[in-house]
Amino acid sequence: MSGKSDKGDGMIDLIIDDRECRAPRGSTILEVCRAHGIDVPTLCYDERLAPYGGCRLCLVEVEGARGLLPACTTEAEEGMVVRTSTEQVESARRTSLELLVSDHPMACTGCSKSGNCELQRLAKRYGIEESRYKGEKHEYPVLRDNPFILRDYNKCILCARCIRICREVQGVGVYDFVNRGFAAVPGTPYDRPMVETPCEFCGQCISTCPTGALTARPFEERERVWKREMARSACAHFGVSLDEMMEALGVEGWKVRTTCPYCGCGCQLDLSVLDNRVVEVSSPVMVGPGQGNLCIKGRFGQDFIASSDRLTTPLIRRDGEFVEASWEEAIEHVTTRLREIRDRSGPDALAVLASARITNEENYMLQKFARAVLGTRNIDHCARLCHAPSVAGLAQTFGSGAMTNSIDDLEEADAVLIIGSNTTETHPIIALRLKKAVMEHDCKIIVADARRIRMCYFADKWLRQRPGTDVALINGMMNVIIEEGLFDREFIESRTEGFEDLKKAVAEYTPERAAEITGVDADLIREAARTFATAERAAIVYAMGITQHTTGTDNVIALADLAMLTGNIGREGTGVNPLRGQNNVQGACDMGALPNVFSGYQSVTDPEASRKFARAWGVESLPQQVGLTVTEMMDAALRGEVKGMYIVGENPMMSDPDIRHVEEALRSLDLLVVQDIFMTETARLADVVLPAASYAEKEGTFTNTDRRVQRVRKAVEPPGDARSDLRIIADIAEALGYSMPAREAEEVFREMASLTPSYAGITYERLDAGETIHWPCPEEGHPGTPILHKEKFTRGKGAFIPVEYKPPAEEPDDRYPLVMTTGRVLEQYHTGTMTRRVPGINEIDPANRVWISREDAEAMGISDGDLVRVSTRRGDIEAEARVTRKMPGGLIFIPFHYSESPANRLTVGRIDPVSKIPEFKVAAAAVSLVRKSAGGNGSGNGSGEGRPGGGE
Amino acid sequence: MAEKCACGQRFAPVDDLGPLEEILRRYRDEKGAIIPMLQDAQEAYGYLDEGIMREMARRSGYQLSQLYGVATFYTQFRLQPIGEYLIKVCHGTACHVAGAPLITDEVSNQLGIKEGQTTPDGKFTLESVMCVGACSLSPIMIVGEDTYGKLKPTSIRKILKGYYGEAAGSEVEDE
Repeated sequence: MSGKSDKGDGMIDLIIDDRECRAPRGSTILEVCRAHGIDVPTLCYDERLAPYGGCRLCLVEVEGARGLLPACTTEAEEGMVVRTSTEQVESARRTSLELLVSDHPMACTGCSKSGNCELQRLAKRYGIEESRYKGEKHEYPVLRDNPFILRDYNKCILCARCIRICREVQGVGVYDFVNRGFAAVPGTPYDRPMVETPCEFCGQCISTCPTGALTARPFEERERVWKREMARSACAHFGVSLDEMMEALGVEGWKVRTTCPYCGCGCQLDLSVLDNRVVEVSSPVMVGPGQGNLCIKGRFGQDFIASSDRLTTPLIRRDGEFVEASWEEAIEHVTTRLREIRDRSGPDALAVLASARITNEENYMLQKFARAVLGTRNIDHCARLCHAPSVAGLAQTFGSGAMTNSIDDLEEADAVLIIGSNTTETHPIIALRLKKAVMEHDCKIIVADARRIRMCYFADKWLRQRPGTDVALINGMMNVIIEEGLFDREFIESRTEGFEDLKKAVAEYTPERAAEITGVDADLIREAARTFATAERAAIVYAMGITQHTTGTDNVIALADLAMLTGNIGREGTGVNPLRGQNNVQGACDMGALPNVFSGYQSVTDPEASRKFARAWGVESLPQQVGLTVTEMMDAALRGEVKGMYIVGENPMMSDPDIRHVEEALRSLDLLVVQDIFMTETARLADVVLPAASYAEKEGTFTNTDRRVQRVRKAVEPPGDARSDLRIIADIAEALGYSMPAREAEEVFREMASLTPSYAGITYERLDAGETIHWPCPEEGHPGTPILHKEKFTRGKGAFIPVEYKPPAEEPDDRYPLVMTTGRVLEQYHTGTMTRRVPGINEIDPANRVWISREDAEAMGISDGDLVRVSTRRGDIEAEARVTRKMPGGLIFIPFHYSESPANRLTVGRIDPVSKIPEFKVAAAAVSLVRKSAGGNGSGNGSGEGRPGGGE
Repeated sequence: MAEKCACGQRFAPVDDLGPLEEILRRYRDEKGAIIPMLQDAQEAYGYLDEGIMREMARRSGYQLSQLYGVATFYTQFRLQPIGEYLIKVCHGTACHVAGAPLITDEVSNQLGIKEGQTTPDGKFTLESVMCVGACSLSPIMIVGEDTYGKLKPTSIRKILKGYYGEAAGSEVEDE
């Protein structure tokens, strides 16, 4: 049947339903049909999964073939003649459907999937109301054993999509078919409740389930469903989808596409809205970085929007107490006090903290407000605390500091060095791409992390370096690569400079010496170096484990050197990829919410740039000196040099190191204005608190970690008197006598783009049309730049910069014998203001826990679940112990999300001299037992191993 | 797989990981060896204990769900500890026609357990098996190492009672 070969362009021609179709060789018949708008019904098919051929609904007739063939698993061939809806085909489909329906409750009314059910739609299409096949029906109990996922196996059609997506996409494998024949269900081992399985509660299984067998519990709360119930009944009656029903009813704004407000992955969300409330969250399949996949925070963590804790009215502190105020009073109060301080002490006595959580437009507006309206040089935000070293280190070596490659092309890598990134928990969706690379083409992952993170289960090699010894490890790898001649000579000669210096410097770092410093076996360093250097495409992925050190910038430079040494820059599946922690931390930096640059990294000390912005903003001049960083602002406040602070959407009382120091600093201010959506720990210290709109209540854009600019769209009205940050800033600016003509998000974006070369070609129109644009995008017709440094580096030639190992600021001693490191967990986000207001998340992750190794716990007589005290030179906290073999001896780990036991009361205030980032990742600490757990033996529910990771 | 005597002491206790380690070593370099691994574990421990399965998953790199899926697909695997005597009621075609379902029902009634379960005193485990190859004696059941043929539901009570007395079992009971 194949006969003719393709025409050399990799395309084939075939005929489907008398239509001529062209498709890339290797496509399945189903893919060709979908690409040509030919409808073939399926139930077990999901674009995210490998074809399965289980449901037999996509059967088609192929001329010359024996019997009917499943379109989803049959490869299309040159010259094929396919028919998709002959009588024989339709009859076979009807029979399959009837067999499925014979054991499926067909009273769709009352089913939460009605209107979105694939079985319902097909049954309607084939006119099947009940089955001709009568037989035994299942009567399984409905399982509600966790806060998120409801399992009703009576509605299961055994398509295995949940099993496959959990295994193929999430890499976890909670489910498999349990039992066989009639008794088979996609169940958990030993019928355990979901919380006792490795389930990560991403809800991917819910997103792919074609029927109502798996549904999201939080979206079915009573107050959310009553109106949807009517619509669903109507869908059941008329056999139409919910979207069609809503359209027919003329309900507008029922589904709003926007960008997730959590980590830097930038997943696309569809928020379903009824009565000004987000009632359901989903993600469009094959769209955006997530391609329809989300994590627990994205899918289930949006309840904070409607939280009763939201700030709804401005508050002014009078006689020590907060008093509700009108916007006029609040603005009057703020502007009067700001003026006073500026007039008395000069504009540099004021400081502004912008936010990695708010939109690009708002960040742009804030730096304009700081520089043009207040006239202060002091503006910064918490990127200082995460990736300032990336910006500094990559700017020195490459000329620009951002992820060099896109999330999509990480999949193409043959080897990936993951260092200082707990990717599955902090960037779950990027982790999916890395897992896919492993599962699909055996990509070799090298994990370098002291903790046994979940990524280790997918890793080819795991290097367990001591915290703070990364430079020695990377130098050791480079030593091997140079010694063994595995470096990319051509790339080094044509694209870089300074190789000889590097060569000389790393010659000192033999694997043996690196092993001595890092604690990693010398041979393992050699093997890792070889794996990385010999891969066709090797990428580096890192996060805060690299940056949050006093040597943060050096760490980043060492990684950049490693990438250049092996020629892994400027191609797909390569690059140096700092994963940014917050939804818009990339954007906040791009917008110039930094003390040294305007938007687009145009230096404030560059007179030309300064003139350009001054002219555009209609002011005489702008501050031309570099301002204070977050950490320096706190010190300056304590010295009385900074007297007024304006903080938008940041919570330094949780996120900054050495909180006691921060508190003293903030309390010593004459004026503290905090603009936020919740009464945060920082807001409690404020003189004025202004209620802001959340991401779901405003328009704008976020720029995610791979420089992709994406739209944020308004889905609901803000609660009470809360207003968007954009409007609040504009109102205050105007009250200070500055005219802000551009007040709407799109206008602000246009103004920003006109002044920012890397954003110049981006418009709302292009984004709304569905374009994916990574900056730099210098002009309207430009497609954007997913891969940086393709032909040449931003700075021309890439600069090798040798760096030397320096020990961390604080090392363990007799009094503080352990090394403490801090970080994040999957379920929670940043300072917890949002995730800790989500009931389901609180149920599965109620409190902070101190991770401690089995050997240390045993030596100190501590069991899992005991209450312990952790102390450092700065202070102490109490929390439950989590005794786990994920930790090496001598190291403890504390997540920083929990205000009742804030890890940052313990961290060191010492900073990296270049980027000014504090050393969150290493402190000397001591642990002592406060109280044994009530359970006594510590073997209760809170098993220290928690829910084991995939493969465990 | 040759059936062994079901006496409890023949099996390693489930907190002894020695036999499991040996099994994992045996199949360390083999891909797709889930079935032999489970068979060996069952042989060593008498059944597929949850703790043993978790440990096997953790150390072999298979997901627990995969192991459990396979274990529940094949009837040869047991997930509950096996009693002192394993009762296998034949449900091959000949036995089925001769009333095997009634035999299973009666054993089940007498002992108060369902198929696959073990009596609380750890004496008996009830299973159904396919043809044991003695169709001329149908319906047949095997208790431990003793075979009983041409059974009637009414004969079950007496047979089982025999295992609580001094002498257990007899040769094929012929009426």
